[in-house]
Amino acid sequence: MLKRVDSQKFKEFNFQDFPDKNGRFGKFGGRFVAETLMPLLLDVEKEYEKAKKSAKFLNEIDYYFKNYVGRPSPLYFAERLSKKLNGAKIYFKRDELNHTGAHKINNCIGQVLLAKRMGKKRIVAETGAGQHGVATATVCALFNLKCIVYMGETDIKRQAPNVFKMKLLGADIISVKSGTATLKDAMNEALRDWVSNVNDTFYVIGTVAGPHPYPMMVRDFQSIIGKEAKQQILQLEKRLPNYLVACIGGGSNALGLFYPFLNDDVEIIGVEAGGKGVKSGKHAASISKGKPGFLHGNHTFLLQNKDGQIEDAHSISAGLDYPGIGPEHAWLKEIGRISYVNATDKEALEAFKLCTKLEGIIPALEPAHALSFLLKNKRKFSKKSLIIMNMCGRGDKDIYSIAEHLGMKI
Amino acid sequence: MLNRIDQKFINLDKEKKKALVAFVTSGDPDFHSSKKIINSLPKFGADFIEIGIPFSDPMADGPTIQRSSQRAIKSGINLAKTFKLIENFRESNRKTPVILMGYFNPIFQFGLKKFFQICKKVGVDGLIIVDLPPEEDSLIKNYTQQYNVYNIRLVTPTTNKERLSKISKSSKGFLYYVSIMGITGTKKPSISILKKSILKIKKNTKLPVLVGFGINNANQVKEINKFANGCVIGSAIINLIEDSKKGNYSIEKTLLKIKLFLSKIKKGN
Ligand SMILES: Cc1ncc(COP(=O)(O)O)c(C=O)c1O
Repeated sequence: MLKRVDSQKFKEFNFQDFPDKNGRFGKFGGRFVAETLMPLLLDVEKEYEKAKKSAKFLNEIDYYFKNYVGRPSPLYFAERLSKKLNGAKIYFKRDELNHTGAHKINNCIGQVLLAKRMGKKRIVAETGAGQHGVATATVCALFNLKCIVYMGETDIKRQAPNVFKMKLLGADIISVKSGTATLKDAMNEALRDWVSNVNDTFYVIGTVAGPHPYPMMVRDFQSIIGKEAKQQILQLEKRLPNYLVACIGGGSNALGLFYPFLNDDVEIIGVEAGGKGVKSGKHAASISKGKPGFLHGNHTFLLQNKDGQIEDAHSISAGLDYPGIGPEHAWLKEIGRISYVNATDKEALEAFKLCTKLEGIIPALEPAHALSFLLKNKRKFSKKSLIIMNMCGRGDKDIYSIAEHLGMKI
Repeated sequence: MLNRIDQKFINLDKEKKKALVAFVTSGDPDFHSSKKIINSLPKFGADFIEIGIPFSDPMADGPTIQRSSQRAIKSGINLAKTFKLIENFRESNRKTPVILMGYFNPIFQFGLKKFFQICKKVGVDGLIIVDLPPEEDSLIKNYTQQYNVYNIRLVTPTTNKERLSKISKSSKGFLYYVSIMGITGTKKPSISILKKSILKIKKNTKLPVLVGFGINNANQVKEINKFANGCVIGSAIINLIEDSKKGNYSIEKTLLKIKLFLSKIKKGN
């Protein structure tokens, strides 16, 4: 499963050069949207390019990262779990300690500040687990912007605490019943809302998907994770890690950690949700089991049938339950820079329990997938292995559904 | 051979008539009813038939067309069967232009070359691919030329002058003006704003300009036809199909309802 990546092979790439000016990562990415949205996307891109060069904008982001989100997040040596891994040293990048409990807020701060610069008054967002919804609602409360969150009916049921939080924060939650009533449909509805309210509205996409410039923009805002981690590991261990591991829904926490290391001699592994097993047809492993196609404005790997109809994803973790993946991941997979693997619901639950007991950290079900990969592959590691895993969210939101899976009552 | 779309506009011009485009979703509510509906549309007054290729995630469509796509997918429709519907239509109708409208993924999965070959073979005259803006159409450019299938583009209220010229240069047959900022079958356009937009577009192109999204009655059509080259009606027809399915009507009754509706629209236009 773990192939040694030949870092020589990538010497000619500068990963910082992607996407190209058309928003392409190789053949993936792009802007596959209706004409109504095209001028808007060009506008967002133009404004983002300007903002990126503005010291004021960057300082503002830094300010809120530090004082509101609580950055930098610690890089923590998980000693007891490491003992389970053949003595390999595993560090957690603790983005679960961020305000609102996950990495999602890094991106929301960036996008909402951009929306404000553009004079937009109304924010729409899609959410699956509710983490991105809560983060968006939070930042909208902070900046006094109207916030509308689209959420699949199915997800509203399994993420009740987050739905309640969003309401407290003043967001309108719109229950999406169309299609399969999950994250992909919430994204469709958010896009439809945006098309219908182009003048005053900004769409804050929660992962590295969607049409250009979103995959690039979200990656840039999230890459604070990897930038910090690199500094921290060099300080703590005086060397780069051997492995980076993160879970993948759309791929934003993963790319946030990975991106600053792409040009380095580091083995990188993305863990998709294997659901009830990739052979069962009930999973969210778009890279392992999907085919290249077009959805939500970009060209990427998608779970779909032979007619090109998008199929339902399945995962115990609502945050990974997406039938696609960000286009940059599709490309990194195609060129072989990153290995993509998967972990099942059951394996993630085991890792969840172990992490809670051994480290006193209740992880979200999403990063539990990443951890489960490490546990499953412990024989591959040695005392010399240095690993950073993105602990991208805490488990508070999941306790009700976990109790149900464990047959317990709260 | 002249594309049927161009021929149709020449004929309409001669008769001083405006175009009526009828949109239905392929396979809605099922293959056999859909076949009968499509075959009847020209008799009921449609000058063009626009057939929607169902997609699980129709980003630009409102609830009516979303539900219609879901009904069709559930009934087992796919592109191969859609082509069968068109093949059957062409057995008795060689003149009415047929336009396929849809999203790129189902077409891409079918295989682009095969798709265009069959389009030509069965007599598809034009294509509207909603999520393929001019920036992204390099994947199909060679095929549309080689197989003489027109790539018809959407112009919207957000399209600025610069884009308009890019779009009209790369569009063939006609321009499809999306009358509202939004999705199909939801809002209603303001006629006065619409008029201004259409006149502006006509200054920039020689192509006919048809108006669609949110058009559902004879009065609107009459007003719009004063400045545009015709109208596209979709959700309003599909609502009738949905009512029939809900009420368990016979196909004859469904056809009668569509006939009555379209003849009202046609009258005076
Ligand atoms: C904690 C957590 N991790 C991961 C994800 C998946 O998203 P991404 O792959 O973009 O990081 C989510 C999504 O809601 C999440 O809440």
